[in-house]
This record gives sequence, C-alpha cells and structure tokens, in this order.
Amino acid sequence: MALFEFELPNPNTENPQVGLTEADLVQRSASSVPPPARRLTPVAKLIDVSKCIGCKACQAACMEWNDVRPPVGTFEGSYDNPADLTPEMFTLMRFTEWVNPQTQNLEWLIRKDGCMHCEDPGCLKACPAPGAIVQYSNGIVDFVHENCIGCAYCVKGCPFNIPRISQVDHKAYKCTLCSDRVAVGQGPACAKACPTHAITFGTKEEMTKHAEGRIKDLKSRGYENAGLYDPPGVGGTHVMYVLHHADQPQIYAGLPKDPKISAIVQLWKGASKYAGLAAMAAFAGIGFLHYLVKGPNRVTSADERAARQLTEGGGS
Amino acid sequence: MSTPEVSTRDVAPEDQVHPGDPVTVDRYTAGARINHWITATCLVLLALSGLALFHPSLFFLTVLFGGGQTTRMIHPWIGVVLFFSFFGLFFRFWRLNLWQRSDTVWMEELPAVLNNRDDEHPELVEIGKYNAGQKVVFWGMSLLIIVLISSGLVIWDQYFSQYTTVEQKRLAVLIHSLTAIVIICVWIVHVYAAIWVRGTIPAMTRGRVTGGWAWRHHRKWLRELVSGRPKDENKTATPAE
Repeated sequence: MALFEFELPNPNTENPQVGLTEADLVQRSASSVPPPARRLTPVAKLIDVSKCIGCKACQAACMEWNDVRPPVGTFEGSYDNPADLTPEMFTLMRFTEWVNPQTQNLEWLIRKDGCMHCEDPGCLKACPAPGAIVQYSNGIVDFVHENCIGCAYCVKGCPFNIPRISQVDHKAYKCTLCSDRVAVGQGPACAKACPTHAITFGTKEEMTKHAEGRIKDLKSRGYENAGLYDPPGVGGTHVMYVLHHADQPQIYAGLPKDPKISAIVQLWKGASKYAGLAAMAAFAGIGFLHYLVKGPNRVTSADERAARQLTEGGGS
Repeated sequence: MSTPEVSTRDVAPEDQVHPGDPVTVDRYTAGARINHWITATCLVLLALSGLALFHPSLFFLTVLFGGGQTTRMIHPWIGVVLFFSFFGLFFRFWRLNLWQRSDTVWMEELPAVLNNRDDEHPELVEIGKYNAGQKVVFWGMSLLIIVLISSGLVIWDQYFSQYTTVEQKRLAVLIHSLTAIVIICVWIVHVYAAIWVRGTIPAMTRGRVTGGWAWRHHRKWLRELVSGRPKDENKTATPAE
C-alpha cells in the first residue's frame, strides 16, 4: 500500500475527435440550448491542500499556458503574490497561518484559489449577455469573451468571488479549467506543473475515489476531520479540495462553508425579471383599456367660453 | 373644502394669461421645455439600455446603442446626464408641487377623475398649477431618481468597483432593477395622462395651453393668473408709491 500516491493515469487521449463545441453546451447565459445529443463524462480537478508545498508552479504554468503576465506588484505582507486574483491571474495560492487550538501547532494552510466550476454556476445565472458564459456537459464553465459586455454581473453571481473585470478590454476573466487543453484530452496546465501532484485531474468519479484514499490516509495520521470539499449548495463543483480540516473550510483563506448562489441574486434573476415585465405590461395595458372604455378627457367649448369670460371680467 | 384665499398662490412667476379667442395661457418657458425634453430623452434611453440588460429577451435592444459593450458603457453616463437635468426640473417645479389639503381630497375623488367626470366636482377643478396626480408623479420621479443614481453608482463597476463589497453590489443591483421597473411604470402613467387629457401636450411642446384647458383642469391656477394679471393702471405703479 503506497502512502504517497503520486501518479494518476494520464487523461484519455485515444479519441482525437474529443472537443468542446457548441453541441456540448448544457447551459448558455441569457439564452437556451437544446439538450446535447452526447453527454461528456464529467471532469474534475482535485486540489489536495495537504500535499501543497506553496511553490506557485501552478500559477506560473497558468500564466504560461494562458499567455498572461500580471504586472509586477508590491509586497503586501504575505506570501500571496499577487495579493488577489486579477484579470491576468486566474489562480492564486492563498497562504494562511493558523494556530490549531487543539494542538497549539502553527499550521501553514495553502489553498490554490480559482474558479470552482460549479455545477450550478451563479456567474452564468447572473450574466445578461447571450452566450458570454457557457457550461459544457463535462462540467467546465467557460467565459466566451467575444460575447462579454463587461457588466460585472458575474462578479455578483459568483459565491466564491472569482471573476475579475479587465480595465483594458472590459471583459471578465477567470480560470477556464484549461478547456482548450481538456478539449484535446489533456489535463489543465496547473495540474501538469504541480511537482507534488497536489493537483490532479480526471473524471469526477476518479477524482472522488482518489480523494477518498487521500482522506483515509489523512485520518490515519490524526486529521480526523479530513474530508472532500464538493459543496452541494452549488450542485457540487468540478474543482474540489481535499482539506485536512474539512469541518471548517473558512480557515483556508475564507473558503465558504456552505456556498450558494445568493438569495438576492436568485430574486434579481428570478421573480423580479418576470414580475418586472408583467408590471410594465400591466400599466401599459390598463392605460390602453382605460382609453378604450373611457376615452379622452376633452376640453369643451363651454370651458373655453368660461375662460374667456373670466379673463375679460378680470382684465377690465 | 380648500379656499383659494388662504392658500399660497399656485402660479409660477413666468406663467401668464393672454386674453383672446381662445384664451391662451403660458405654462412652461422655453428653458423649462428644453430641460424637460433632455430629461425625457435620457429617461427613454436609460429605459431601453437598462431593459436590454434586465431581461434576455430584450438584449436585442443593445443594437440601438452599438452593441452590448457600448450599452454597458453608456448607460451610466446617460444616468448622470438625467440626474443633473432632472435636478433642474426639480428646482423649477418643487414649490408648486408641495402637497396641500386639497390634494388629499383630489386623491379621494380619483374615481371621478378616471371617469372623466372631474368637471362635475368643484373640488376637482379648483386646482392650482398641479393636481395631486401630477404631484405624485413629480415626487415619485424625484425619489426614484435618487435611489437609482445611488444604487447605480455602486454597480458602475468601471469606476467604483473597489468601494463596495460584492454583497453590497448584489443588493444595489436588485434595488436598481426594482426601482427602474417602478419608474418605468410611473413614466407610463405620466405619458398616458398627457395623451388622455387632451390639450396637455402643447404645454410641453409650445409652452402654452388654452384657457379652456386651464379652466377645466387647473381653475385655481387660471383664476390666480387672471386676478394677478397686471392691469393698465398698475403698469405705471412703482413699489415706492
């Protein structure tokens, strides 16, 4: 029994026709798509926080593959570099120094932050631009920049605070789960670069199974609350974490404990959309009916005569 | 019953009555009309560009503004123009829109107004420059525009994203859209009333209405204009006398 399971089988590359096309969409923002004829196997990226050494190779690989170069920043008092996700930095190692109250040990928690690729994506729900955000049947949520209008509604929709709006081209950016690599049977660049295999990629089923082994191992080494982060509030995610303290995800730089699409967003994008159009139609309809039934309110010649009498009387 | 004698004068200084056949009454100056139509244009453009981003079935309206990106960019700027333009209207009109006891009576008699039988009720015709319905539109617009510009600044991501949290932005975008729906409904009432009550539109196009219109709908306003009209002997009078 291997304690350190470094190698996972490479993703399937046997089918060269694999590709993510319009036909693979299951959701498209502000529009509807026909149910896809074929269903791709759901994929997932598994980030094992307990194996991460904080080397930032994933960040470098992400920049390299996506050809983005965040400007040189300034020191903000932590290892986080840059200080936050930016339109040019789709993934970010977030470092937390945490004192475990049970053991009094200082634990250095390092979480690779980025898009979680929710099964029920809040960004897509909030997006007003048809086709600017899409979801493929393998679970990847992708931004289609030619359709993006830069309104930042996705920022409001996201329960993880991930999308960032570029001040250069006014479009939203986030991790694509390397949809272009996955489309040809490759894993994401970050997973490829990770030296400790803290980041692995495969089908969601494989990754869940792999996580189970890791959690068992962590529990055997005293992390009794080790567990998988695959939050059901957003229908599960296609980026999952193995956490040694899964009972309190918020200690990992504010990873939400029970993320959900905000009730405000649900109301804004749900009931108010229909009630709003209905209210406007009702007002216009009532006006039209009133005119049909009651007709215009006209000034009569008697009114004009009265006005003439009044002005002549008052003027002289 | 309100008595015209005890209430404040319900005319604007620039309003004037011209005897003739028909009698004409100046209701809005050229400045007020230009101010009004700038505001009106902004409101229509804001409604169109806002609705485009409000409901997917109306996204096609973005073509009127040169696409989604430019719609997103221009909508807040039109809002700023509207805010300052409406500010001008507010300062022109607020005094004559102050609520009076007679306005409450008018509201109670609203069914008669809607039945076109306002001329049968003396309390519905002895009205100053604005009736209660017009005052509700005025104050409604004023309040809603303040809410819209405040919530709009919070979601003007290009310049103000760093000043608020995501949770505040969520609340702002909900308030902004709900308020926008209400103001569009108020706007529908405003436009319909102008069409329904014949003779109203020339007030905002040519600046004047007929004496009959004033007699029928704003009789107190007309009476005060007539009684306050400078008489020949007053023309030579000076305050020093």
